[in-house]
This record gives sequence, structure tokens and C-alpha cells, in this order.
Amino acid sequence: MIIPYFIIIPLLAAFIISLIAGDKDEWAVILSTIATSFLLILSVFSFATMQNETIVYEMSAWKLPYGIVLVQDALTSFMLIMVSLISLTSILFSVSYIRNISEDWKYYSLFMLLVAGMNGVIITGDLFNMFVFVEISLLAAYSLVAFGNRAEEFEASFKYAVMGSVSSTLVLIGIAVTYSVTSTLTFAQISIEFQNVDHDMKMWIGGLFLAGFGLKAAAIPFHAWLPDAHSSAPAPISSMLSGVLIKILGVYALIRLFFNVFNAPDFFLTLFLLLGSVSMIFGVFLAIGQWDMKRLLAYHSISQMGYILLGLGLGTPLGILGGVFHLFNHALFKSLLFYNAGAVETVAGTRDLRKLGSLFKLIPITSQTSMAASLSISGIPPFNGFFSKLIIIIAAVQAGQPVFAFIAVIGSILTLASFMKVQRYGFRGEKNVEIKGEIDWRMNLAMITLAVLCLASSLMIVPGIKEVTLDPVVSVIVGKVSSIQSILGR
Amino acid sequence: MIVYILCFALILIGLYGVLTKRDLIKIILSLGILGYSVHLLLILIAYRKESLYPILSEGKKVVSMVDPLPQALVLTSIVIELGTTAVLVALAIRLFEKYKTYDITEIRRLHG
Amino acid sequence: MKQEHGMTLIVKTVTRISVWLILLYGCYIIFHGHLTPGGGFGGGVIIALALLNVMLAYGREFTSNWLNIKLLHDVESSSVILFLVVGIFGMALGGAFLYNFLDHGTLFHLISSGTILPLNILIGIKVAMSLFLVVWVLSAVKEEKGDAE
Repeated sequence: MIIPYFIIIPLLAAFIISLIAGDKDEWAVILSTIATSFLLILSVFSFATMQNETIVYEMSAWKLPYGIVLVQDALTSFMLIMVSLISLTSILFSVSYIRNISEDWKYYSLFMLLVAGMNGVIITGDLFNMFVFVEISLLAAYSLVAFGNRAEEFEASFKYAVMGSVSSTLVLIGIAVTYSVTSTLTFAQISIEFQNVDHDMKMWIGGLFLAGFGLKAAAIPFHAWLPDAHSSAPAPISSMLSGVLIKILGVYALIRLFFNVFNAPDFFLTLFLLLGSVSMIFGVFLAIGQWDMKRLLAYHSISQMGYILLGLGLGTPLGILGGVFHLFNHALFKSLLFYNAGAVETVAGTRDLRKLGSLFKLIPITSQTSMAASLSISGIPPFNGFFSKLIIIIAAVQAGQPVFAFIAVIGSILTLASFMKVQRYGFRGEKNVEIKGEIDWRMNLAMITLAVLCLASSLMIVPGIKEVTLDPVVSVIVGKVSSIQSILGR
Repeated sequence: MIVYILCFALILIGLYGVLTKRDLIKIILSLGILGYSVHLLLILIAYRKESLYPILSEGKKVVSMVDPLPQALVLTSIVIELGTTAVLVALAIRLFEKYKTYDITEIRRLHG
Repeated sequence: MKQEHGMTLIVKTVTRISVWLILLYGCYIIFHGHLTPGGGFGGGVIIALALLNVMLAYGREFTSNWLNIKLLHDVESSSVILFLVVGIFGMALGGAFLYNFLDHGTLFHLISSGTILPLNILIGIKVAMSLFLVVWVLSAVKEEKGDAE
């Protein structure tokens, strides 16, 4: 059984690095690269060998209603592949980027803890276990945002920590109320007992969980920590936070709780639609006026999260397909954009768009990959962003909500406008910029890999391949309560 | 019933402290009050009328006991709160080195 | 009397006697974790408080001569690795991760209930070292007045 290895391998790597690394960080780099590539191989293998079945693993061999279970189905394997892919490219990028700050093994140990926490959130089948792993990964994230020792990073990390603690308290109150009405903590048992709960209590519980996990997903009333935290962090950490952390802790937890456990009540699907559309519009309007490159990218993260919430809130299989596909694509192109911003900052020493220009001749690989990522996020064919946004818009029209389709189109046009601004001022301007640093071969390798995957993942919508990769994931979500209750039959 | 109302009053006091205080250390203490009051709520949910503590020792008869599961949840949650408070205090010390003040209305270099 | 670091003479004398009693009490709570309330976390905090008592009463220089800080750091990391190794043994011998593969023993004795006792001891060691090292590192920032990490 290979399910618990997804948590054991990063935890072992984190503490072996802490034990054997001296003052230099060579052993730390080697161990973390081995651990993340091993995780990528394991997750691809586990996705390929199980298609529509659900595997259950009982921890400490205690029988099902009494112990903690680990559940693996198609949605789990899909998320695991995404996490291990982005973390492998992030380790590649950060080898020479972090050496400019300090040669320290603590960065790699904290990074492994972050990966272990995220893997734990994905594979668990128990409510309080999910809360514990959310807290582990958030602790590592607070420390990693403040890693560069500059004043803005400490301020951003403090804001993130205080708001994250308040939202975790809300989630804990939700868990307390759920336990008092259902007297169990396993997902499958809760979904059975939840039908006997009266209507007011369902509203309370749903509202508490939506507020708590919505802050971690950066939906619009709860977004205030994201621009500071994602723009002040070092570039590989920004790509991990914006690329996978807000999706795993926010959107994946919302999918598991609202679709599989609470049986998707209509009131909350309408709330998803409203939050998603407001996030789309406000995110893009706030992003156009920014002159700092990473702050602009951080505001765009809020806007793209709105697309995913809109796709999920429609409730139809086509809408959920669009939402899940956009989740995967956004991880790829947003990480690539943050790597480009980090490379620009290493070469030119500044992130302000008014001071950059004519980088197209100096760093050709960064410029070409940034053009690919900008076309992806704006939705231009044949890149992958076009297909996922098209599916969401068609699903909105088919479900009888043409207003939301119109809002999605406006958001896409404004996204295109702001990225043309980045390309015009950042890469093809007229000023001459003096070079203050160099780009390593590992940074180039990470950026080229993600750019090639941006093109290749648009093949996932072709009808022959869609049956293998995306349809099992959608059927787990659409199956709502029955796909998590199938584990009780063992 | 009145015990639950007092517990909610404690949660609101903690939330008031996080929102309105201007000093960094007072915000950290208010987060502590908020966390501990939620633990109190969890323990109150586990109470059963006329039952004993859930520990078996030699020569004791088995009678009805209170629910032991939320007590394990509270132990885990206390450890998590300890870790978060340690990170927040370390950040507060480094913020004082850089900005020379503990007042959050003057720590505002990031805006827009 | 000339005092250099730390607190007054009364505090130092009482600490010299009572620190060993506090350490003994912490070990008692860890070892009886499967019979009475407490267990790994509570006992570990008490042991960390005993070491912090020495640091507060005598000052940082004396404590860094008395304890080997590098050794504490290595012990902390290796206790987590041993915890995961015990779990993997459970996977190899019984069925699942962290399976209870030792002999369960008789009820209410000290050496009973399988792997719960070794796991409690490992958690107690880890918590004690972590709490002491966190306060040790945080109190170093004020004295050096520069860019300490």
C-alpha cells in the first residue's frame, strides 16, 4: 500500500536534512530533489493504475467508524500530480535564487514540511485530520514568506499569520458544531448523519466552513492578505503559494466538504456563483492599475480563483469539468509567471514596470516563456487557458445564467489588457537596463518545462484523452455523497 | 445554557481584541484568548449529565463516563496554537528591529 | 558579593536543588502516559520548563557551558526519524502505518500496551528540546543587536 508514503517521504526528508546538513546546503538540495522526484513518480504511477476505484487505508489497522482513514480516488491522484510537479520545478528554481540570500538548509526543511502538509490535506478522509494538516502547511508558509529578512516581508507575514489564525478558529468552531450534531468525524459517516440535521443548523455549519476556508482560498471579502504576502515573498515561494497552496487549502477543501459530505445544497452553490463573479471583476480592476510586477500577478490570482468558483458553483458536469481543468491550468501558468518575475528581479534588480524595458534582447528565454504564459492566462488559442475558459462560459450559458457568462468574458478581456501592459513596459520598452545578476541554467530549465506543459496540457480536452484524465475526476465530484459513502461497503 | 452564552461572550471578547488593539503584543494575546475560548466550547460539548471522568483504574466499576474524544481534539489544538504563537512572537521581535515601534498604524510600508 | 549574570543568590541556590525534582516529575508524567492523563506533550513541556529555569537563573553563558546545544538539536531531529521508523516497522509487520505490534501485556502495569510507551517517550523528548531551543534562539536576538537569523 503506497498511500501513507505521500506523507512519510517529505517528513523523513525534512528531518534528515535537519540532522545531517552542516553549514552548507549541498546535502539539503540533493535530498529535497530526490524526495520530490520520487513523489512525482509515485503520484503518476498511482494515477495510471487506478481509474474509477476508491482505495481505503486504515491507519493503525483500526476498523472504520472508529479510526482515521486515508482515502484515494481520482480527484486525490489528480491533485497529487499537480502538487509534486509544481514543487519539483520550484526546488529547481530556488537553488540559485536562495543562494543569493543565504546558504541555509532551513529553507529546504521548511519546504518539505509544506509539501508534507499539503499531501496530508489531499489524502485524508477525516475532518479533524484535515484541520491538523492545514495548520502544519500554514505554519511552514508563514515562516517561508518571511525568509528574505527584509522589512516588507515581516510585515506581510504578520498580516497573513493573524488573518490565518482567525480563519482557523472559525473552522474549529465549525468542527465543534458538526461533532455535536453528528457525533462522528469521518467524512462518510458525517454524510449519512447529515440528512437528519435540521435546516438552520445546516446553514450555520455551511456558513462557518465557507468563511473559514474561503479566507484561505482568497475569495473577495477575505482577500486582504494575498497581495502583500504573495508579492513580498521570494519568487519560488510565491509560485508555490499562488500555484498550489490557495487551491489545496481553499478550493479542494471546499469541494470535499460541500460536494461530497454536505450533498451540495442549492443555497451554497448560489453563494459560490456570487463570490466567484465578484472576485473576477474586482480582482481584474484592482490589477490593471498596479506598477509592481508581482503585485499585479497576485491580484490576478484572486481573479482566476473567481473563475474556478464560478465553474464549481454552476453544479452541472460541464461546469465542474471547466472548473477542475482551469485549476490545473492556473497552477501551470501562474507558477511560470512568478518564475519570470523572479528572473527579471535577479537580472535587473527591480520589479517596478516603469524602470524596466528592452529585456527582450538581454534574457531571451525568460521573455519567450513569459509571452507564452501571458497568452495562456488571457485565453488565446492554442494555449490551455483558452479551452478552460471556453468550457466555463459555455457551461454558464447552458445552465441558464447568461449574466455570469457575460461577466466572465469581460474579465477575460481586461486580463488581456493588463498582460499586454506587462509585456509592453516590462519586456519591450525603450529604456536600457543594466544587468545586475545572472540567470542560472536551472532557472531556465524550470521555466522551459512549464512553458512546454502549458502547450501540452491543452491536449487533455481531446475526446480520446479526456476519458482517461479528466472524466474520472468529474464523476467523483458529481457523484456527490455516494462516491464517499462507497468506502463504507468494505 | 448560561454556560454556552458565557463561552460565546469570551469568543467575542477575543475577536474584539484582535480587531481594535493597536499594539502588536496585545493582538497576539487576543488571538490566544480566542483560541482558548473555542477549546472551552469543545469541552462543554463533551459533557454528559451525572458521569465521571473517563479513566479506568484498578478496582473501579464501569459507570457512565463523559465523552473522551473532544478532549483529544483539544490537546492537539493546544499544540497547534503553541506553534502559531511562537511564529508570531518571533515575527514581532524582528518587526521591532526593523521599524523601531510596536504600533501597527506606523508599520504600513505596503499599501495599494 | 559581585553578581555578573543571572539572578540573585537565593534564586540560584533554590534552582540548584529544585531543577532535578522538576525533571523527575516530567519523566514521571511521560512514563505513565498510558495510565494517567498527561502523556508525551505535557511531560515534554515540564522538562523544557526545567531547563528554562536554569537558563533564567544562571544566564546564557553558564547554560551554554553546561548543556551542549548542538547535541540537543541532533537529538530533536533524530527522535522524529525514530518515530517514523517505528511506524514503518508497523507497516512491515502488522498491516498498517503505526500498528501496535509489540506485546500488549497485562492491564494497569507500567510496561504494557505495546508501542504506546516508546512513542510517548519520543514525543516527550522532541517537545522538550523544541520548546527550549525556541526560547533560547528568541532570546539571543536582543543581545547581539544586529542581523541574527
